[in-house]
Amino acid sequence: MRTNSLMFAQMPRVMLPVILALAAVTFYRGHHVPGGGFIGGLVGALAFILVALGQGTEAARRAMWLEPITLLWMGVGVALFALVLGFVGGSGGFQGLWLDEFTVPLIGKVHLGTPMLFDLGVFLTVMGFGTKVGFGLQEDNL
Amino acid sequence: MTIFWPILLIAFASLLAAFVRLPGQWKVLWALFPGAAFAWVVLSWPEVAAGGQLMASISWFEHLGATVDLRLDAYGGLMAGLVTGVGTLIIIYSAGYMEGQAGGSRLISLLLIFMAAMLGIVLADNLILLFIFWELTSITSYLLVGFNHEKLEARKKALQALLVTGTGGLALLAGLVLLGMEAGSWQISEILQRGDIVTASPYLPGIIILILLGAFTKSAQFPFHFWLPNAMAAPTPVSAFLHSATMVKAGVFILGRFSPIFNGSEWWHGPVVVAGLVTLLVGAILGLFQTDLKKILAYTTLAVLGMLTMLIGFGSDLALKSMLVFLIGHALYKAALFMVAGGIDHGTGTRDVWKLGGLRAVMPFTMVAGALAAFSKAGFPPFLGFIGKEYVYKTGTSLDHFAPIFTGGMLLGNMLIFALALKVGWYPFWSKSKEVMLEGHPHEVGWMMWFPPLVLAVLGLVLGFLPAWTGDTLVLPALAEITGTSSHEHLALWHGVTLPLFLSLVTFAGGVMIYRGREFFWKKHDRVEAAPKVEHAYDRLLAGLITFSKRQTQAIQGGSLSRYLFIVVGATASLLLWKFVRFDGWPELTWEGRLAPVPVIASIWVMVGAIVASVAKRRLIALLAMGVVGLGITVLFINFGAPDLAITQLLVDALTVVLLLLVVYRLPPMKAEANRWIIRADAAMAVFFGGLIAALTLSAMQVHVVERVGDTLAQMSYVEAYGRNVVNVILVDFRALDTYGEIIVLAIAAIGVTALLSARKERSSDED
Repeated sequence: MRTNSLMFAQMPRVMLPVILALAAVTFYRGHHVPGGGFIGGLVGALAFILVALGQGTEAARRAMWLEPITLLWMGVGVALFALVLGFVGGSGGFQGLWLDEFTVPLIGKVHLGTPMLFDLGVFLTVMGFGTKVGFGLQEDNL
Repeated sequence: MTIFWPILLIAFASLLAAFVRLPGQWKVLWALFPGAAFAWVVLSWPEVAAGGQLMASISWFEHLGATVDLRLDAYGGLMAGLVTGVGTLIIIYSAGYMEGQAGGSRLISLLLIFMAAMLGIVLADNLILLFIFWELTSITSYLLVGFNHEKLEARKKALQALLVTGTGGLALLAGLVLLGMEAGSWQISEILQRGDIVTASPYLPGIIILILLGAFTKSAQFPFHFWLPNAMAAPTPVSAFLHSATMVKAGVFILGRFSPIFNGSEWWHGPVVVAGLVTLLVGAILGLFQTDLKKILAYTTLAVLGMLTMLIGFGSDLALKSMLVFLIGHALYKAALFMVAGGIDHGTGTRDVWKLGGLRAVMPFTMVAGALAAFSKAGFPPFLGFIGKEYVYKTGTSLDHFAPIFTGGMLLGNMLIFALALKVGWYPFWSKSKEVMLEGHPHEVGWMMWFPPLVLAVLGLVLGFLPAWTGDTLVLPALAEITGTSSHEHLALWHGVTLPLFLSLVTFAGGVMIYRGREFFWKKHDRVEAAPKVEHAYDRLLAGLITFSKRQTQAIQGGSLSRYLFIVVGATASLLLWKFVRFDGWPELTWEGRLAPVPVIASIWVMVGAIVASVAKRRLIALLAMGVVGLGITVLFINFGAPDLAITQLLVDALTVVLLLLVVYRLPPMKAEANRWIIRADAAMAVFFGGLIAALTLSAMQVHVVERVGDTLAQMSYVEAYGRNVVNVILVDFRALDTYGEIIVLAIAAIGVTALLSARKERSSDED
C-alpha cells in the first residue's frame, strides 16, 4: 500500500526524529505530569507506523534498527529487571529504589529510580507491540 | 548464614553445567560441587547431632508470612547428608553413564538443580518456602523423567508423574496454609512447638488429609503409586537418585517432620498405616512379575516406601527408630542397585532377566557391588538392612492393636523384598550363562559406573558392622529431633533369641522359596500387565478431561468473533446484574448538580457516533463513527480532569483507526453475514449491557465512603514514590505487578498476531 503522494511519503521520515523526541519527552515527564511509558510507547509506535505507511515497512524496519518483537521482549525484560532490582534491594517485597537527585544541563533535575526503569520497559513493550501489529498488517498484502 | 551456601553452590553448579560443556569423562568434575556440600553437612554434623541447630533467615515477603528461613537440625541434616552424599556419587556415575552420548551436560545440570531443590526441602524452615522447593522438585523431576524427550513414551510418563505429584502438591499447599494459619506461624520450628494449638483446631482433619495427599502422591503411596514404575522411562542415574534416595523420600520426610504434631490424632494413624501397608504389599507382589531390572527395583521402592510410611503411622518411638534405620539402609542399597542395573544395561545392552545370566566373570566389580547391596536389601546379617528388618519386626510384634496383621504384612513384604533383591543383585551374575542371547559383547563398565554403587554397598556393610556407632551418631540424634525425647537405647546387631530373630529366619526361608519360583511369576508378566489397574482410571480421567475441554472450547470459542464478543459482554453483564440484584440494589434515579454545556455536548456527540457506528452499512463509515465516539470520550475525560486518560484514549484511538484502515479495505463487503435474529440478539445485548454500565456509574456516584482510596494514593504518591502524577505512580510503582501482568498480555497477544499473520501467509502461498 505505497502512497502516491510525495508529501506523505517523505514527511514521516522527516518528522520521525521529532515524533520520537516527543515520545521520549512524553515518557520522561510521566512521573510528575500526564505522560508515561504507555502513552510514550504509543507515540513511538505511531512514528514508525507512519513511516511504514509512507515508504513501506522495509524502510520503517530499517529506520527502527530493531525488530518489533525484539523491542517487545526487551521491554518485558527491562520491566522484569526493574521489579527484580526492587525485589532484591528493597526491604520486604517489591519496593522502588531511587538514586539521589542530580542536575543535568538543559534538562534540569533528574531523579532516577526503578519505577522509571519499569516504565521504560512498558514503553518498549507498547512500542514493540504497536509496530509489530502495524507492520504485520501492512506486510500481509499478499 | 553458611546454611545458604550448599543450596546456592549446587544451584550455581547446575547453571554452570548448562553452559560449560566439559568433554567426556571430565564431566566427573561436577561432582565436586555436591561433594563440597556433603562435606559441609558432615562438618556441621557434630554440632547438630548434639542437639544444636543452624538457622539463617532472609526477609522476603515478611508481611505475607513468607521469609527465607533455613534450619539444619539432626533430622533434616540426615536427609541432607543422603541427598548430597548419594548425589555426589550419582554425578560421578552420570559422567560415566552418559559418556559418548549426547545430552550429558544437560542431564548433570538437571540433576544438580533437582539436588538443590531437594536440599531446600530438607532445610526449609518456612511452610511457604518448603512448598516452593517441593514444587521445584516436581518440575525438575518432570524434566528428568522426560529426559529422552524425543520418545513419546518418556514424555507421557513424565507428564503423568508431574500431574500426579503436582495435584498432590496443590493439596499440600492448602494443607500447609491451613496449618500456618491455625498455628499462627509460618516457621516450621515454631509450629512444632505449638503442636497443642494445632491439635485443638477444628480444621485438624482437613490439615492432616491435605498434607497426606501431598505426601502420598510424592512418595507414591497406593492409590497414587502407578507413576513411580512408569517413571523408569528416565535414564538410570535419574532413577537411582530420584526414585531411591531423594524425591520419593520427600513425602516420607515431611510425614516424619510433622508427625510430632499429628501423633495421637485418629485422622493421622489410620490413613497413614493403611496406605503404608497396602503400598508395601501391592509394590512387593507386583514386583514379582516384573522382568525388567529397573521395574523390579521400582516396585521394591514402592514396597519400602509403604513400609516407611506405615512405620511413621505407628508413631511410637520404636517405630520411628525403625523407620530411620530402614530409611538409611534403603537409600544406600537402592541407589547402589539402580546403578548396578544401569551398569548391566550398559555392559550387555539389556535389562531383561530372560536374557541375563552368568555375568560374574565378565563384570566382577559390578558383581561385588550388586551382591553387597542385594545382601543388605535382603536383610542378611551383618548388613544395615538386617538391623532395619529386626527393628521392623520388633515394632510389629510390640504393637498394641492388630499386631498379628501388621507383623504378617511385614513378614510377607520382607520375604518378597528378599526375593526381589536377589533377582537384581544376584541372578544376573550367578545364574546360568545365557551369553548367546546377548546382543552386544558383555563387558565390564568403567570405574565411574562401578565405583559409586560399590561405595554405597560397602557403606551398607560397614554401618551394619558398627551398629552402636551408626545408632549413636546417625539415628539417635535424628530420632530425638522427631520424638522430642532423647532415647538411650543403642542399636545392636544381636538382640538375643527373640521373636524378631525367628521372623528373620522365616523371612529367609520364604524369600529363598519365592526366589526359586521366579520363572513362574515372570511367565505371567504379560497377563498381569494387561489386568485392570489404577492407572487405567487415571488414563480415563485424563481422556475425559481432554474431551470435556474440547467440547467446552467448541461451545464457547467456536471461531466466530461476534460470538466471542457476545459471550464476553454477556458474561460481564450477567455478573453486574447479579451484583445489583443480589447485593446492592438498584441505584436511585436522582439528580444533583447542574448541566454543564461541555459534557452535555460531548455526550450527545458520543451517542450520535455510537448510533451511526451500529447502523452503518459500510465498514469505513462505522470505523470513522467509532473514532468520533472516542473523541467525544476524550473530551469528557479532559472535562473531568483526567488528562492522562484523555491522552491515552486519543492515542489508542488514533492507532486503532490506522491499524483498522490497513485491514478494512481488504475485507469482503459487509453483506448480511448475520441473519435478522442474530442482529436483534446483538442489539438487545448491547442495550442491556449499556444500561447496566449506566446503572453502575450511577450507583458508584451514590456510594459515600469515609475514606476514598484515591485520596490515600494521591497523598502517598509524592511522599513514598517521588511522583506527582498519581496515575503513573499507581501504574509503575503501587501496582507495578499488575502492570507487569498487562505487558505480558501484550507480549502474548503479539505472539498470537504473529501466528495469525503467518498462517495467512502460508495459506496464500499454498494457493499460488
